Amino acid sequence: MGRTAKAAAPRFRSGDRVRVRAAHPPGHVRTPYYCRGHVGVVERVCGAFANPEELAYNRPGLPAQPLYRVRFQAVELWPDYREDPADVVEIEIYQHWLEGAS
Amino acid sequence: MNEPGELPREDSVGYYRRMQAAVEELLILRGVFSAADVDRQVEAMEGRSHERGARMVARAWVDPAYKARMLADGSAAAAELGLEVGPLRLIVVENTPEAHNVVVCTLCSCYPRMLLGIPPEWYKSRAYRSRAVREPRAVLAEFGTHLAAGVRIRVHDSTADMRYMVLPLRPKGTDRWSEERLAALVTRDALIGVAQLPDVIESRASR
Repeated sequence: MGRTAKAAAPRFRSGDRVRVRAAHPPGHVRTPYYCRGHVGVVERVCGAFANPEELAYNRPGLPAQPLYRVRFQAVELWPDYREDPADVVEIEIYQHWLEGAS
Repeated sequence: MNEPGELPREDSVGYYRRMQAAVEELLILRGVFSAADVDRQVEAMEGRSHERGARMVARAWVDPAYKARMLADGSAAAAELGLEVGPLRLIVVENTPEAHNVVVCTLCSCYPRMLLGIPPEWYKSRAYRSRAVREPRAVLAEFGTHLAAGVRIRVHDSTADMRYMVLPLRPKGTDRWSEERLAALVTRDALIGVAQLPDVIESRASR
């Protein structure tokens, strides 16, 4: 599904610095552990999608959550990263997992 | 349980296989779909291969306007070539001389099946899923792929509603090639990003 009338308003734009919440809720979650608590930059806004954490339990998942592609430096994710420090990892993250970062 | 050193039986039926069979039977009995519907879907799934994605890549190589549209909206670009993609939301990521793209799904095995077919076993392995984001060059090296010095890597973790396909660099030596001939050069692994396409050195005889 794409954008719907029942979508939360996007709080971030391309280029914004964001931090992934360092949360550990139970259940079906699509935010990988390895990026939680880390800071990245919004690469693009992908539209709004029903929340998969709700869909997994047969609930409607509304309001739809804006979905972002967030770009992290690999060295931000892995302090002991051994390859090129210019490498990046880009991850799709729903808005309710993100907070603004300075 | 198997004896130590004994291989698991190929015909062993585990919990999930049994559950799947039971649910399938019930759905057929309730008339939700028929056994023929299931066969048709399996056939369609097995009939799709990376040749679909390769067609898009070849078109992008010969048509810069198509390439721009493809990078802006991958799903629409697939539809433009008559490739049916269903609800797939495709993002195409472009390799350049400075940056190489690799696709992984660390959470499960999300993959643009409508354009690449069924994912290879290694794509679903825990080793690939955990290492591709942690040491991508070491993983690429195991595929025989060695990036030039100074090329940075963009790893795309396909965690949610988008699916990804890599637009590889066009091999050198293919300047006047037809779209069809170009498409035949494009491999599945290059579309996932674990391989690069070798340049073409034409012998005099084949000109």
